[in-house]
Amino acid sequence: MSVTPATTASDYRKLEESITMAPLERVEAPEDTSQELLTLNMGPHHPATHGVLRLLITLDGEIVRDLKPIIGYVHTGIEKTAEDKSYWKVIPVIERMDYLAYYFNAMAFCGATETLLEVQVPPRAQYLRVIHMELNRIMSHLVWLGTSALDIGAMSMFWYCFRDRELILDLFEQSSGQRMHTRYFQVGGVIEDVPRGWAEKVREFTRQMPSRVDQYKDLLANNEIVLQRLRGVCPLGEPELLALGVTGPLLRAAGNPWDMRKAMPYSSYEDFDFKIPVGVDGDNWDRFAVRVAEIYESVKIIDQALDGLPEGPWITDDRKVALPPRHELATSMEALIHHFKLVTEGFRVPPGEVYYPIESPRGELGCFVRSDGSSKPARVHMRDPSFVNLQATAPMTEGSYIADLIATLAMLDPVLGGIDR
Amino acid sequence: MPDATGLELLAQELTESDAASVLGTLYFRDKGTLLVNPATIRETLQLLRAKGYEAMMSVHGVDYYPEEPRLGVHYELLDMNALDRLTVKLRVPLDDPTVPSVTPDWPTANHQEREIYDMFGVIFAGHPDLRRILMPEDYEGHPQRRDFPIGGEPVQFTIDEAEGRSYTR
Repeated sequence: MSVTPATTASDYRKLEESITMAPLERVEAPEDTSQELLTLNMGPHHPATHGVLRLLITLDGEIVRDLKPIIGYVHTGIEKTAEDKSYWKVIPVIERMDYLAYYFNAMAFCGATETLLEVQVPPRAQYLRVIHMELNRIMSHLVWLGTSALDIGAMSMFWYCFRDRELILDLFEQSSGQRMHTRYFQVGGVIEDVPRGWAEKVREFTRQMPSRVDQYKDLLANNEIVLQRLRGVCPLGEPELLALGVTGPLLRAAGNPWDMRKAMPYSSYEDFDFKIPVGVDGDNWDRFAVRVAEIYESVKIIDQALDGLPEGPWITDDRKVALPPRHELATSMEALIHHFKLVTEGFRVPPGEVYYPIESPRGELGCFVRSDGSSKPARVHMRDPSFVNLQATAPMTEGSYIADLIATLAMLDPVLGGIDR
Repeated sequence: MPDATGLELLAQELTESDAASVLGTLYFRDKGTLLVNPATIRETLQLLRAKGYEAMMSVHGVDYYPEEPRLGVHYELLDMNALDRLTVKLRVPLDDPTVPSVTPDWPTANHQEREIYDMFGVIFAGHPDLRRILMPEDYEGHPQRRDFPIGGEPVQFTIDEAEGRSYTR
């Protein structure tokens, strides 16, 4: 593991060639093997780690004694890249961090920038943002449900969940032209109004989604194998979770109803009537049940947002921030100048530092933006919930079986794109 | 959110227990910020925890290049009962970037302090396991510093290495 900086690739080639294939000498096993500890490397390429997560596990027989997560395999320096782009060009790279929650990444960044600019987002844009974010939350939970069920041996769940995920991706495609990383949220609102007929498509989806989740619950929640794999497995109490900074469904599963949408509403979440599912024991079963229950609540929010969708503009009319409408470019010199300035330089943001937290499917997603007054951010940092929640893996799984480690990792729902950024 | 007056009162209470602990306050966009002395950060955060800020949501680093002291560490505190957030900031110079680690008091800071060490080179004294976390172990430099160039990362192909060529030049 220790590679000295002086080692070059050619040295490595020589080292590789020097390895002999001769059979190893047999070593006599010690008298007492009951106390022997085994260090096992799991990942980074392992289907059950939900990405390129590497775990260094110390095993005593089948029991996990210690665990070290090793990350950084998909670190792409997005935060550094963002410092080199003007604010509106940062949105597409930011969206690629947590690749299952792209609307949330964009929301956190746009929210932070809007706070710095003191731009008001029109109510229609706020509602459209809520609809897209809740669709995204359902989509993220469906991917989690499918892959987690796959991890504990339920193959067909994966296909059912991905079938429904496709419906949501089709909706995203219709509203923005892209299925993933849509760049739909802009600083000051959303890029375009939703097309005609989109709301009806969303209603069709929200009509059938609850019954689909009922079916999934019927399939899993009364299944003896699933119950034995999840119920009472790897619990962690609320004080420990809070000390580790864990938020989102994992914290709510332990009984703490902390949800930013309810506690400190943003983007008009205070207008909607929804419940926060909480668990009791904080075991894997509660983590499962909380996420499944959240899908129903998200459907409720989408329905209410469609019912109350206000008329009006979908992006701020501040021409220093948002692009002018296309038809104005042919008639207005000022619009042309604004368009040119925005596309070439971007808008300048007053100096300051802002931390803007929102509730992503995995917990508190905070975006820290520091502006030095220029048109490029001086620092962008994402407090990604997966990155912080991952620290809870070791306390959750110490003393449990290695098979339960797989189930716990699935219920933890880490997204490595968000962890490594 | 604490208003500007509440922030001053909070700063005053902290100064009463240790006169040198608070270096300044800032009220920006409806949110309070305390600029504190790096040497006593652990004590300051413990006092704030007793005031109700029991959850640490984020720890992140900033490079204030070309200003001095250059490196900054920010702590985002949250009071879940009063629905209140507070930012605690400190700054350390580049030639002595040492900050006492808060990981013993706040286990959540473990990975986040490692990230700041990795990206900015801030040394957290008393951290149980201060290693690089995102960059490779043998990486040289701290890439999130403002004077670290973007791009130009050499790709190590064996053939380039053997022929003495470099990918970027």
